[in-house]
Amino acid sequence: MKSLRSARKIFTAVLLAGISATASAQMMINGAGATFPYPIYSKWFDEYAKVDPSVRFNYQSIGSGGGQKQILAQTVDFGASDGPMSDDNLAKAPGKLLHIPTVAGADVVAYNLPGNPALKFDAETVAGIFLGQIKKWNDPKITTLNPGITLADQDIVVVHRSDGSGTTYIWTDYLSKISPEWKAKVGTNTSVNWPTGIGGKGNEGVAGQIKQTPGALGYVELIYAVQNKMPYAGVKNSAGNFMKPSIESITAALATADIPDDFRFSITNAPGADAYPIAGATWLLVYQQQKDAAKGKKLVEFLKWAAKDGEKMAKDLQYAPMPDNLQQRVLKRIDEIKI
Amino acid sequence: MDATTGPAIAAVELQSARRAMAPPSRFGDKAFEWLTLLMALGLVVLVILLGWELWRGSSLAVRKFGFHFLTTSTWDPVAEQFGALPFIYGTLVSSLIALLIAVPLSIATAAYLTELAPLWIRQPLVSLIEMLAAIPSVILGLWGIFVMIPWLRDYPFPLLKRLFGWTPFFTGPIYGPSMLAGGIIIAIMILPIVTSISREILRSVPNLQREAAYALGATRWEATRIAVLSYAKNGLFGAVILGLGRALGETMAVTMVIGNTPQIAASLFKPGYTLASVIANEFTEATTDMYLQALFEIGLVLFGITILSNLLAQLLLHTMSTTFTTRAVQ
Repeated sequence: MKSLRSARKIFTAVLLAGISATASAQMMINGAGATFPYPIYSKWFDEYAKVDPSVRFNYQSIGSGGGQKQILAQTVDFGASDGPMSDDNLAKAPGKLLHIPTVAGADVVAYNLPGNPALKFDAETVAGIFLGQIKKWNDPKITTLNPGITLADQDIVVVHRSDGSGTTYIWTDYLSKISPEWKAKVGTNTSVNWPTGIGGKGNEGVAGQIKQTPGALGYVELIYAVQNKMPYAGVKNSAGNFMKPSIESITAALATADIPDDFRFSITNAPGADAYPIAGATWLLVYQQQKDAAKGKKLVEFLKWAAKDGEKMAKDLQYAPMPDNLQQRVLKRIDEIKI
Repeated sequence: MDATTGPAIAAVELQSARRAMAPPSRFGDKAFEWLTLLMALGLVVLVILLGWELWRGSSLAVRKFGFHFLTTSTWDPVAEQFGALPFIYGTLVSSLIALLIAVPLSIATAAYLTELAPLWIRQPLVSLIEMLAAIPSVILGLWGIFVMIPWLRDYPFPLLKRLFGWTPFFTGPIYGPSMLAGGIIIAIMILPIVTSISREILRSVPNLQREAAYALGATRWEATRIAVLSYAKNGLFGAVILGLGRALGETMAVTMVIGNTPQIAASLFKPGYTLASVIANEFTEATTDMYLQALFEIGLVLFGITILSNLLAQLLLHTMSTTFTTRAVQ
């Protein structure tokens, strides 16, 4: 009995010592939000631990909606979102929220056809398919874009994301820009009322559905198509060139898109000659006025490091980094954070 | 030896008898009673709190859409028009399919395990069935996408279409992800629990029942049917209801194979959508208040359906057992 009591005492002492040791040695910066950039963010947090061992990051990839909610409620030090915040949501913020774009990605048009032909699409055809107006693979709209490829009289099985996601936001944003009918009937959001198609959960669900269904067509993130070795289409951009999605063509879209001062931009259908049209960025959300001076200072240091050194790691993980002109603007914005 | 220890033992016995006769302290009993009461009430409070939170979280949507929420079919997060009917339909139909498949299978398995199976086969089979319950639902879902759906699409679905294509239930193009695939995956998920409970219930049927039937010259089948299954009817019904409860709430695996399209279609080859799936799909990225509230209301509807189906089952069970006993008395 006595030994038990003393053991408990020792245990408590060790526990208390442990807690106080970590509290004094390390600062914990909490973030939550988008799932799309999670792989690169966690890489950054790992690498940054070597640069500044005194801070630790705790990032919960709970989704952009959750990220926006938590930063509005100030339960985290930074939020993350795959879409810019709406005016309504920004108005709820207790202080001025800054959007810091970090990396960009692309949605690819993936499909499952015998022989995996390299297909080309234009805006009108993609919209027609997703509006349920182009139903067969041998529709003249598809065949005229792809001369020399024989397409069968086969149903197009449209596959889209069933879960709310930044990928869907980029996709519907593109369709809204290029098709007035889509804009009027469906609109832009992380999930929408789809006119046609079946829903797969997550990129893996959509990729799986496409791979398993002959005649399927859908959209997935570039990295999933690359990893799963799925064929994906070239898409005609606003300059009239057919572009394959790649890190270069996404960065080209970032470099040529019109980017407003508050960084709530969209890079779909960007004007550049080499720009891939279905791309989008992801953002970190931070308050301009930081409440906790010590934490704020560390957060700013990290953001600067991410914008300069972190960006170099993007390509390895199939994300497009910010082009130079935008990087300079981002760094200037980070300087505006008040501690 | 006996002469010396005998009186000593008698003395000890007397002492313990006296102790037993003394009025014992009732404190332990009381404490036990209150403690269990507290635990039981805790569960009730939990359910009420759950309902209250769902109600509170969806009050805006409830006020805006009112009863239309249950009767309209548009689910449009952009225009903020929300109707839950296709989800309610999908939940009920996929659960019904699951029960139609799982219940006969489970009860037959349980009957085999308790009545017929040789001893050496019982334990391995029971362990295997219980292992089925341990498969995480997301794994089952992935298996559904990559193995079950391609197989269903190539063999059983075309067969069903050929045989029953004249009914509205098996018409239209076959893509794979569908209401039927969703129902089948739920059936696989509720099989272990319905089987385990059914087995326990059949095991608790007194042997006297079986012996009486055999004594009257019943065959093995007759004994199982009259003396065992009929006797255990209420309990088996309870097992089915527990299975239904699971089926209504199954989320991840269903989401991966049902096709997630909010529509009401007679054909089981068409994709559907369930209440639990839409919450799992859209909750994380819901940014506007009304959207989030509508999803909370979906939760409230699911909660209501679960409670309602349980109440209905209780009622059915009650009428079943009363008619049974009155008939027995007559």
